[in-house]
Amino acid sequence: MRDVAVVGFAQRQMKEFEGSPTCVELLVPIFAELFEQTGWTKSDIGFWCSGSSDYLAGRAFSFVSAVDAIGAFPPVAESHVEMDAAWALYEAWLKIQTGEVDTALVYGFGKSSAGVLRRTLALQLDPYTMTPLWPDTVSIAALQARLGLEGGHWTEKDLAAVAQRSLADAADNPYAIRSGKEGVDELLARPLYADPLHKHDCSPVTDGAAAIIIAAKDHLPTTAERPAWISGFAHSVDQADLGSRDLSGSPSARRAAISANVGGAPIDVAELHAPFSHQELILRKELGLDDSVSINPSGGALTANPMFSAGLIRIGEAAKQIWSGDAQRTLGHATSGPALQQNLVCVMEANR
Amino acid sequence: MTGLRDGHVVGGRTSDGVVRVPPPEFDPVTHAATTDFVGVASEGTVVSWTWVPEPVKAQPLDHPFAWALVKLDGADTAIMHAVDVASNDAIHTGMRVRIRWAAERVGAITDIACFEPADTAEHSESFSADEGSAEGVTGVITPVSLDYVYAASPEESAFFRGMAEGRILGQRCPVCRKVYVPPRGACPVDGVPTTDEVELAGSGTVTTFCIVNVPFLGQRITPPYVSAYVLLDGADIAFLHLIQGIDAHDVRMGMRVEAVWKPREEWGTTIENILHFQPNGEPDAAYETYEGHL
Ligand SMILES: [Zn+2]
Repeated sequence: MRDVAVVGFAQRQMKEFEGSPTCVELLVPIFAELFEQTGWTKSDIGFWCSGSSDYLAGRAFSFVSAVDAIGAFPPVAESHVEMDAAWALYEAWLKIQTGEVDTALVYGFGKSSAGVLRRTLALQLDPYTMTPLWPDTVSIAALQARLGLEGGHWTEKDLAAVAQRSLADAADNPYAIRSGKEGVDELLARPLYADPLHKHDCSPVTDGAAAIIIAAKDHLPTTAERPAWISGFAHSVDQADLGSRDLSGSPSARRAAISANVGGAPIDVAELHAPFSHQELILRKELGLDDSVSINPSGGALTANPMFSAGLIRIGEAAKQIWSGDAQRTLGHATSGPALQQNLVCVMEANR
Repeated sequence: MTGLRDGHVVGGRTSDGVVRVPPPEFDPVTHAATTDFVGVASEGTVVSWTWVPEPVKAQPLDHPFAWALVKLDGADTAIMHAVDVASNDAIHTGMRVRIRWAAERVGAITDIACFEPADTAEHSESFSADEGSAEGVTGVITPVSLDYVYAASPEESAFFRGMAEGRILGQRCPVCRKVYVPPRGACPVDGVPTTDEVELAGSGTVTTFCIVNVPFLGQRITPPYVSAYVLLDGADIAFLHLIQGIDAHDVRMGMRVEAVWKPREEWGTTIENILHFQPNGEPDAAYETYEGHL
């Protein structure tokens, strides 16, 4: 395996982006920021890979317009996944493993506010037996939350504690669109949103974009003093039929964690892509993270969840913890699909 | 789906002995096609539920309702569907519910209108299955409609405002000096926003075109008709529009055309102000004048 490190990360998250329906415009300053971080220009990038969705943008081939932001002439090597850009990062990492390229820039973008997000996401369900009923994402998460509550896996207080910590941590994150100082009891006293979930248990509709640069050993930018070396990278998926899954757990998250060797050494910081409070509890259990691990110091997806980049942002935030010297070994996680159906885990380390 | 049309629910027994509803197409373990179909009851038990105070478009009920995972009697897995109850106090895990069939059934999941508490007055049993139609359901139609709010970028906004005044506005890239119309948030060569405004003439050259012969949903002109790239005079990128006022088969590369606008009182902030392009009578442009735009 080639040693590959995360060496650049930039992001934008906002409640509502007042621009065209794709958030492509956000990529121009983000790329500029990455080039400033690395001292590179676009000719230093061997491969470009993006994650976005036409259903979110409401137009066909919306990712093609994103290529404009690169300035793709002369032509560049480019690819796209209709998934969170964390999976685009996986593709780029594989591409570097093949030896075909040495560096890659990965980006994700999406304007969730252009449509009714919880309806748009009904299109990721089984098209024969589920989509025709238009079950919304929030309701599916609520069914999952109740199964865990009534099955004794977590309590309402546990959920509120996750929200409380996330909102408090988000106060230090300029990109978070939600934060707060409320205590657990105050949160529990709020009205229910999707019984048994409160609004603070559900990630807010968020617009945004993010990008990451990765590079192979011997091809790092000179600015990378403490690169975040990727030591484990894996993803897995559970079956589509909700009724057949044990929703109080996430076998695919467990499998991904094993493949990425999460348990091989202690994790200092984990950034988990949990769009609903109870999903953080599921992930902590399935990834084997005990109470010594600092979870989501950025505030996590409960405080900003831009579709198609929130997972990539988790990896970027976890990488930053290594760059700053605050952590030795961190984990970035991304999810996709209803109720934690697909999960990706990226373990990064200071030492190689 | 055939079972649903005929008013009963069919599950599939997979190699692990589990009866799954709806039946999966392929076995999750052996990956073989599911062949062991099992009838299950139209009554079952709520496994989990949530409350929907404000239903969104196209959900099974248009008044507040509960979503539930329901395990039908005889099945081992639950199905997600709506339960018609008056409030979140009227549903609980373990509650018995039964299917309320749709008045007209076609062989789709929506043949189950919703579930209702199993202790309410009988009316679902009154239906008699249509024994006459033995043909299986072979297809399902799932209409999908999503609404979006389109917010124009600053560059697009300038273009559409120009349209409302009968002007075609492009913008020049500050780096490569190329003129883009419509203007864009990023020059595809340099990755920077276009800036200086450039007003373009309504005349241009057909660089390439296609004759549309295929009818499709939402089509407004009867085929055959021509969709073409028109390189407006002064622009560096071609503009996609229709060519009319000439037989489709006489349209050619290099043909000189001009914009035909709608009557002024019908103008809005839309590209539709230009009805189409038509030949302007000038001699064809030389190939060299547009070869760099193909
Ligand atoms: Zn340019």
